[in-house]
Amino acid sequence: MEMKSTDISLQLEQVIAEAAEVEQSLQFTGSGSKRFIGRQPIGKPLDVTAHQGVINYEPRELVITVRSGTPLSALESLLASEGQMLPFEPPHYGPAATLGGTIACGMSGPRRPYVGSARDFVLGTTLINGLGRRLRFGGEVMKNVAGYDVSRLMVGAMGTLGLLLDVSMKVLPLPERECTLVQELTEAKAITRMNQLAGLALPLSAASYDGLKLYLRLSGSEQGVAAARSELGGETLEEDALFWQKIREQQYSFFKTDKPLWRLSIAAGTPPLDLPGKQLIDWGGALRWIVMDEVDEAAATLQQVAKANSGHAQLFRGGDRAGRVAQPLSDGLMLIHKQLKQAFDPKGILNLGRLYQEF
Amino acid sequence: MSDQSKVLDRSALIKELSTFLRETQIIHEQEALRPYECDGLSAYRQMPLLVVLPANSEQVQQVMQCCHQRDVPVVARGAATGLSGGALPLANGVLMSLAKLNRILEIDPLNRTARVQPGVRNLAISQAVEAQGFYYAPDPSSQIACTIGGNVAENSGGVHCLKYGLTVHNVLELKVVMASGELVTIGGAALDAPGYDLLALMIGSEGMLGIVVEVLVKLLPTPQRAQVLLAAFDDVSKAANAVGDVIAAGVIPAGLEMMDGLAIRAAEDFVHAGYPVDAEAMLLCELDGANDEVSAQLAKVRQQLLDSGATEVRTAKDEAERALFWKGRKSAFPAVGRISPDYYCMDGTVPRKRLAEVLLETARLSEHFQLPVANVFHAGDGNLHPLILYDANKPGELKRAEDLGAAILELCVKVGGTITGEHGVGHEKIHQMCVQFTAGELTQFHAVKRAFDPKGLLNPGKAIPQPKRCSEYKALGSETLTAPSARGSM
Repeated sequence: MEMKSTDISLQLEQVIAEAAEVEQSLQFTGSGSKRFIGRQPIGKPLDVTAHQGVINYEPRELVITVRSGTPLSALESLLASEGQMLPFEPPHYGPAATLGGTIACGMSGPRRPYVGSARDFVLGTTLINGLGRRLRFGGEVMKNVAGYDVSRLMVGAMGTLGLLLDVSMKVLPLPERECTLVQELTEAKAITRMNQLAGLALPLSAASYDGLKLYLRLSGSEQGVAAARSELGGETLEEDALFWQKIREQQYSFFKTDKPLWRLSIAAGTPPLDLPGKQLIDWGGALRWIVMDEVDEAAATLQQVAKANSGHAQLFRGGDRAGRVAQPLSDGLMLIHKQLKQAFDPKGILNLGRLYQEF
Repeated sequence: MSDQSKVLDRSALIKELSTFLRETQIIHEQEALRPYECDGLSAYRQMPLLVVLPANSEQVQQVMQCCHQRDVPVVARGAATGLSGGALPLANGVLMSLAKLNRILEIDPLNRTARVQPGVRNLAISQAVEAQGFYYAPDPSSQIACTIGGNVAENSGGVHCLKYGLTVHNVLELKVVMASGELVTIGGAALDAPGYDLLALMIGSEGMLGIVVEVLVKLLPTPQRAQVLLAAFDDVSKAANAVGDVIAAGVIPAGLEMMDGLAIRAAEDFVHAGYPVDAEAMLLCELDGANDEVSAQLAKVRQQLLDSGATEVRTAKDEAERALFWKGRKSAFPAVGRISPDYYCMDGTVPRKRLAEVLLETARLSEHFQLPVANVFHAGDGNLHPLILYDANKPGELKRAEDLGAAILELCVKVGGTITGEHGVGHEKIHQMCVQFTAGELTQFHAVKRAFDPKGLLNPGKAIPQPKRCSEYKALGSETLTAPSARGSM
């Protein structure tokens, strides 16, 4: 996908300031690739896709700053041309996915447990708050503790606290070599193995289990990957890049269903979950995708199971998008969320109800 | 407030605190309060109203409820090794030491986590999990003494954050007592949490949003092998540029540290690490990981350092020499302390490509203010630690040191960096915040603070300046770098 360079921040600022004035609700839109995530968007659409282009990219600094409407695929091609990558391996969920949507949704792919999440690699952002004020937080340096870490707060906030204008991120060199090992195992053994291996000094970069086989990806130097491969044993998977792409993009056969898809983010070492419906494990056990028939008790059951394992359940695809899709917050946390929303968007006009009905 | 009402308030407060704290947990005698008057930045001192030492999270909650009801401000304190005056007490406030909450509660090898109380020392975590093949990655120079609670407050880094990140990348869950006394759990053992990323906001908030009473940290497997390269340079700029060259070669070292001639010689005199005392600058580059991975990287980095103009590149010949190379680096601050009556440590971060230029400009400023500056810092992250040498007993020298420090920080902002990479703003750099942020951004920070602490009772007056004070600061130029009240009590 081609990348243009257009700066429409002044217009965006003006639209939000005017909307604040008349208390008109807005919903920020990109390509629509992640529109299915979270609760149903409401408000007058504000298209951000025209705001695109690279503001600063210096491969030697391992830093890139891009406008939020920049297509993710164009950004990744540019980085690859310099032998670099977005380390959190973001899912696109659509051909025209933008960087802004990716960051706002806080999406990270299979590499996440071993290298870090989208939030971990965000260094700074420029945003427009709910009053139409343009503010810059963080920067382009690796270490920065001046002021509260507002730029990381924006990751996963789904645009409810402000519109991201641009994002500065740390990037990393592409691994010299990657290979994937496959082994048939029971679910319980696969979970134990993923977690035991993660506790050893190995160049592990992804671990997934599809109900039948355990897939382990190794990334690093030629020598490092070769040594780990002989240490671990097992079959080598052909065309493994395609396999991980399918896992990341939810194009793997497991995901081909019309039934609701649940996402359980829990402690990695949690033993197999005794639940009806089929499951796929990613993130070395820390992510359990579950396809379940639409039954009224599903939400309560899954939330309870997730909570018992120190995590949370989210209705990721399908189901009732006007209802509750995220795990309920404790009263104390809900109060902080409402007050933060008030702090950034006192008129309550930005992506209202996208995360929780309450704000 | 008249002195009399303050006295009344104080005794009433002590009486109420005594209903749930033992006598030994409340310090109020003047002499006993003395050790609490400053943190690691001892140029700023202030006696607190009183000190409390809660022994568990329930007592932290009770203290907060009590203070919240009476509108008494509270400053939390760990081991007080902080270098920005973040734990500087308030004359009308309670200083809460978390030193008694010092237990490691649980180690979970399968999930690779440790649950600890805030008063546990940073290094104690790594020591407790060492036998199981793990360690806790962030390693500030003060790691022998500093506590994990303080690390969370400051988002501490260390020499290994280039590869392993800061505290924010290594903490999964916090239990926090809010200003109201309510206990909330933020994050969890999972890799993300529903709603906003409050962990990111809480870590590095300098005790202004809540008081951490429990921390779940991520543990990493001990690398199979770690090896360190020492490279000597006859020119500071060449060394600074070599930093970017190594990273551009596609290697992310576990640590990449730089010392200038003054720091090299001070450290060598102190610990005899075998440093090249004739060099103008030196890099220490640590590579870690699986055995073969490290071998491959060592060859690559050695060649790159030579190509970048190193006059000598040495590999530590064994584990003992590797430890010695690092000992020299880690004791560089006290080593500089031996050659000067006082020193003042700064903490700006700049883009790596501007390192050479910023070091040259710092040398020029050092000459202008007539105070020597030694540089020993996290070069891979662009995180500078200029050490300004001065003598507090000589009239005007402290003021000159502060002015030089302010000039260096403003230089960092000018080249696209920040006034603090890991030490925090605290009391010290509050005015430089006005240089880095606009009035609108500061207003937003204050709104965030109010979302957590509507009464403004947690560590008030630190980290985020009032926009109004900034206009005054800017109007007056750099003449009033420090609030008069603090200046008077120095």
